Amino acid sequence: MNRILFKKQLSGEVFQMRIEAPLIASERRAGQFVILQLNSHFGERIPLTIADADPVEGSITIIFQAVGRTTHLLAQKNVGDTIEHLVGPLGQPTHIEKFGRVVCVGGGIGVAPLHPIAQAMKAAGNEVIIIMGARNKELLILEDEMRKIADELIICTDDGSTGRKALVTAPLKELCEATPKPSLAVAIGPPIMMKFCAETTRPYNVHTMVSLNTIMVDGTGMCGGCRVTVGSETKFVCVDGPEFDGHLVDFDNMITRLKAYKPREDADHHRCHLEEEIEKIEGHKPKV
Amino acid sequence: MSHLTPEKLSEEARRELAGLPNPLTPKRRLAIPAQEMPAQDPAVRRGNMQEVALGYSEEQAKLEAERCLQCPTKPCIKGCPVGIDIPAFIGKIAEGDYQAAIGVIRESSLLPAVCGRVCPQESQCQAPCTVGKALKSVDKAVSIGRLERYVADWERENGLIQSPSVKPATGKKVGIIGSGPASITVAADVRREGHDVTVFEAFHRPGGVLLYGIPEFRLPKAIVDQEISSLKAMGVEIKTDFVIGRTRRLTDLLEKDGYDALFIGTGAGLPKFMNIDGENLVGVFSANEYLTRANLMKGYDDRAATPIFPSKKVAVLGGGNVAMDAARSAIRLGAEEVHLIYRRTEAEMPARVEEVAHAKEEGVIFHTLRNPKRILADERGWVCGMEVLKYELGEPDSSGRRRPIEIKGSEFEMDVDTVIVAIGNESNPLIRQTTPGLETSKWGTLIVDDTGKTSLDRVFAGGDIVLGAATVILAMGEGRRAAGAINKLLAERTA
Ligand SMILES: Cc1cc2nc3c(=O)[nH]c(=O)nc-3n(C[C@H](O)[C@H](O)[C@H](O)COP(=O)(O)OP(=O)(O)OC[C@H]3O[C@@H](n4cnc5c(N)ncnc54)[C@H](O)[C@@H]3O)c2cc1C
Ligand SMILES: Cc1cc2nc3c(=O)[nH]c(=O)nc-3n(C[C@H](O)[C@H](O)[C@H](O)COP(=O)(O)OP(=O)(O)OC[C@H]3O[C@@H](n4cnc5c(N)ncnc54)[C@H](O)[C@@H]3O)c2cc1C
Ligand code: SF4
Ligand code: SF4
Ligand code: FES
Repeated sequence: MNRILFKKQLSGEVFQMRIEAPLIASERRAGQFVILQLNSHFGERIPLTIADADPVEGSITIIFQAVGRTTHLLAQKNVGDTIEHLVGPLGQPTHIEKFGRVVCVGGGIGVAPLHPIAQAMKAAGNEVIIIMGARNKELLILEDEMRKIADELIICTDDGSTGRKALVTAPLKELCEATPKPSLAVAIGPPIMMKFCAETTRPYNVHTMVSLNTIMVDGTGMCGGCRVTVGSETKFVCVDGPEFDGHLVDFDNMITRLKAYKPREDADHHRCHLEEEIEKIEGHKPKV
Repeated sequence: MSHLTPEKLSEEARRELAGLPNPLTPKRRLAIPAQEMPAQDPAVRRGNMQEVALGYSEEQAKLEAERCLQCPTKPCIKGCPVGIDIPAFIGKIAEGDYQAAIGVIRESSLLPAVCGRVCPQESQCQAPCTVGKALKSVDKAVSIGRLERYVADWERENGLIQSPSVKPATGKKVGIIGSGPASITVAADVRREGHDVTVFEAFHRPGGVLLYGIPEFRLPKAIVDQEISSLKAMGVEIKTDFVIGRTRRLTDLLEKDGYDALFIGTGAGLPKFMNIDGENLVGVFSANEYLTRANLMKGYDDRAATPIFPSKKVAVLGGGNVAMDAARSAIRLGAEEVHLIYRRTEAEMPARVEEVAHAKEEGVIFHTLRNPKRILADERGWVCGMEVLKYELGEPDSSGRRRPIEIKGSEFEMDVDTVIVAIGNESNPLIRQTTPGLETSKWGTLIVDDTGKTSLDRVFAGGDIVLGAATVILAMGEGRRAAGAINKLLAERTA
């Protein structure tokens, strides 16, 4: 079970994998995620969005950025290896209907979770405008896949190495000013990007959905570790979300909460890079 | 109280046993000293995760068993939710026939090694005990739980646990949702009758709260694993990483996957918060999260990838077992100070008396008649303190309990960097949200009839999902009842 069927490196630190998971593949809907764990005894449980699924093959696709210990270990797995624990689909599916003109904004790795939503929005008959942003050309992922879905595709990079040299909020603002203004915006990416997308659309009253990536443990509503403040209420991202009204989310609190374990994570990350370096020197670095 | 070593306790018991007259009069029995549970030295155990209570030695067990008066009316049995024949098993211990003693217990309970450790005996079997009544203190009652633990451990340590035998296959399929004590009981009882049994567990390891909630130092995980292996040896299939309501819907199990009956034992796993200011700051945790990181995810082990918050000064809010477990875990994880804040007085604390005593010995600082007003943040948004209000006991309310009322203007600040909220759990809404027609109470618990059947045909439920956060033995008892009803239903369907 949970065998890796396909693996591809999309950019420096971003990997795509297709994993055998027939039940999850047939149940999942856009917006949902899985939690995986590489080792029963000492592994951490980490959430990753289901970027795509093939119920016929019985597989799901994940796209992840190697940012810390678990994602690094995952990146070292190869086709034929298995993932010890994989559970899902978790979270509420995205509410999909025909809204009219939908602007989908994806930043960095956020383009991966955005993909199934854009796909479903398109399939529901919406006009889909996609804005994708990355630091540079090298880090841009899923451009071809998004181009297939989009009625209009706008690419922004911080350094202008491809597309417009701008932040994603610039074209978003232009779209809000145009007529007709978008019926809905969907923004997924680093929390700070989602925060500024929500600030951009707020004056125009464009409903803005964001998908939150808080720290999780169980993913079933048991621990409350994933909680965020939405409006005046506390919500659990794993069961009430992961999608919320961006105009109501307290992003500053969420960003602070994401840093709860930063010192420990940085130490682990440093250690796993160090181990990689040592392996390189010793000449038996595992194939990536 | 000075700490007595196990060797010393055992030696005293040996001396006492040797000096007992034969036959023993009831009066002489009442004069036998109640046997203290040997425990790790508090100064040592603060720094390790190993079990605190070490268990009676054989001499202590025999001596404690001699304290039982073998009352003809057996009042203790009525105090046990599953009705174990207590005088019978204690009598066998006094005779030294441990095999027979465990046999008596096993007629009524499936999890003696667990219940002997975690049952709130002082409010269950030991509450009505004649010895306690005669000596005017429930603490002096016969230590039924410790004796139960003694024979259960004796059985396990001697490799004598036998998986119950399984009748020939009936071809009927039963699905069990969750793998806590209620579900473990149903799985064993239903499998015995020859039905196929599959247990679905959301987590990566089975055991429910026994595994992720109650810490290793109170209930070694090896004991839980042993219970799970017995189930597997009987041919029960356990599917972990399987969330009913998400991976598969309850109705699909019945309608598409061919299950003849289902049992829902999903527990009370939705943490309550206080709804006070500052509750979402970095450094505030539900006890569920804190304990899961510490237990299931092995936060106490350097090799674990799941981080645990590095706390110096911890406040735990609540007065139940969960609060004690969180406080004592925080001590073991290296906190310098751990404060327990409770709104009423110690007499009202729902935690087991033994846990309260152990927590104090380990250095947890108790603050009763106190309640937090808000949690304070530093400039980074991390917890740096807590504003607390003092309370006093007012007039008794309709239930006869004196209600705590706040003393106006009594606010004071406590200097803490971590707050653990342990004020209880509600039931997880996942299954009721995804199962049309499943009736629930206004608290979200499932409504069942007196056989454990829910509003849906062929669907039963029990444990915390029905009772609200309760106890292991009550969950087990509910499981037993539902299993009986399931077995009856399937027998009728075959006939
Ligand atoms: C619902 C949901 C869907 C997600 N989908 C994806 C996805 O499709 N692709 C993907 O690459 N990532 C996704 N994430 C983020 C992913 O879970 C984290 O990157 C992962 O947990 C990091 O684990 P690690 O052990 O490798 O790194 P760690 O050592 O745990 O962390 C490294 C760094 O990442 C930050 N971090 C830790 N946990 C999270 C988290 N849960 N979310 C965001 N940042 C975190 C830390 O602050 C730290 O700076 C998702 C998160 C959620 C909650
Ligand atoms: C910290 C703590 C300390 C305690 N101390 C004591 C004590 O000392 N003495 C005592 O008697 N009691 C104690 N209790 C209470 C006792 O543990 C519970 O009453 C008992 O475990 C309830 O058993 P259960 O079978 O109903 O469910 P649980 O033990 O709660 O197990 C439920 C299981 O179902 C799983 N699940 C939930 N939803 C789904 C789903 N949709 N699909 C699949 N699986 C699902 C959960 O992951 C969990 O594993 C304590 C509880 C806690 C939290
Ligand atoms: S199961 Fe619990 S209540 Fe019953 S006799 Fe044993 S310890 Fe007492
Ligand atoms: S009530 Fe106490 S003394 Fe009497 S039979 Fe029960 S355990 Fe023994
Ligand atoms: S991850 Fe535990 S409640 Fe959401």
